[in-house]
Amino acid sequence: MYGRQWHLLGDMWTEMNRLQNEMEKLYGPWGARQQGNGSRAYPALNLWEDDDNLYVEAELPGIELDDLDIVVTDSNHLSIKGERKEPAAEGGTWHRQERGFGTFARSVELPHGVDSEKIAAKLAQGVLTITLPRREEAKTRKIKVKVG
Amino acid sequence: MSSEITKRKKEDEAATVERTRGGTTYNPRIDIWEGKSELVLHADLPGVAPDDLNVHFEDKELTIHGKVSPRHEGVHCLYAEYGIGDFHRTFRVGESIDAAKISAELQNGVLTLHLPKTEEVKPRKIEIKAS
Repeated sequence: MYGRQWHLLGDMWTEMNRLQNEMEKLYGPWGARQQGNGSRAYPALNLWEDDDNLYVEAELPGIELDDLDIVVTDSNHLSIKGERKEPAAEGGTWHRQERGFGTFARSVELPHGVDSEKIAAKLAQGVLTITLPRREEAKTRKIKVKVG
Repeated sequence: MSSEITKRKKEDEAATVERTRGGTTYNPRIDIWEGKSELVLHADLPGVAPDDLNVHFEDKELTIHGKVSPRHEGVHCLYAEYGIGDFHRTFRVGESIDAAKISAELQNGVLTLHLPKTEEVKPRKIEIKAS
């Protein structure tokens, strides 16, 4: 998944979503939560846009903003690195360990250029939202059509 | 921590079986640790506000339900690798738990539940008197 382009993932997502829907039909919506549609890339990302910004969101429970390293290079290459610390426990027994911990890194290409100087990141209730302002030339221009 | 451990009333039980609101519900990922005097449960609940979290413990059954408000309504979503919905999971706890002393804390989207064992199940060292 490292550095793979978004548009290549597009088809895969559609396919995976269809597969997930099939799975839900079989096992109901209570099945195990899939991370990254079954891929190992962490964190899973959602991406949306409006006229001015691109937004990237990731679920990163148990992580502080200081533990994250968010960098944009070449105006459209976003990388997120971080670490989730192991929960503290002395002695005792772990009955279940599904959450996982350790370092992670993910790198993706954005669909268009962003202004790397004006990136803002917010982490609230374990949800990271990165706001990436589009570069001027990447902004959508509305062209008025005159009715003759 | 404003979410509370509430005792579920019998008449409410039927209502909790099926939700009226649509949408996908997800199983949160959890860790469970057992020590000498307590069980500790960690659950990943990203996007759940303390007021939207409900934890019930009754008849050895522990239920966690976190309501998640939609975050992408009315936006032009380009790609989605994960879905957003409520979190729900139920456990049957084998150990005897002192329900009155259960404590919960929600921080950075992670719920930490402390379930203290009742006195009688705590391991006791029995002193042997030398005659």
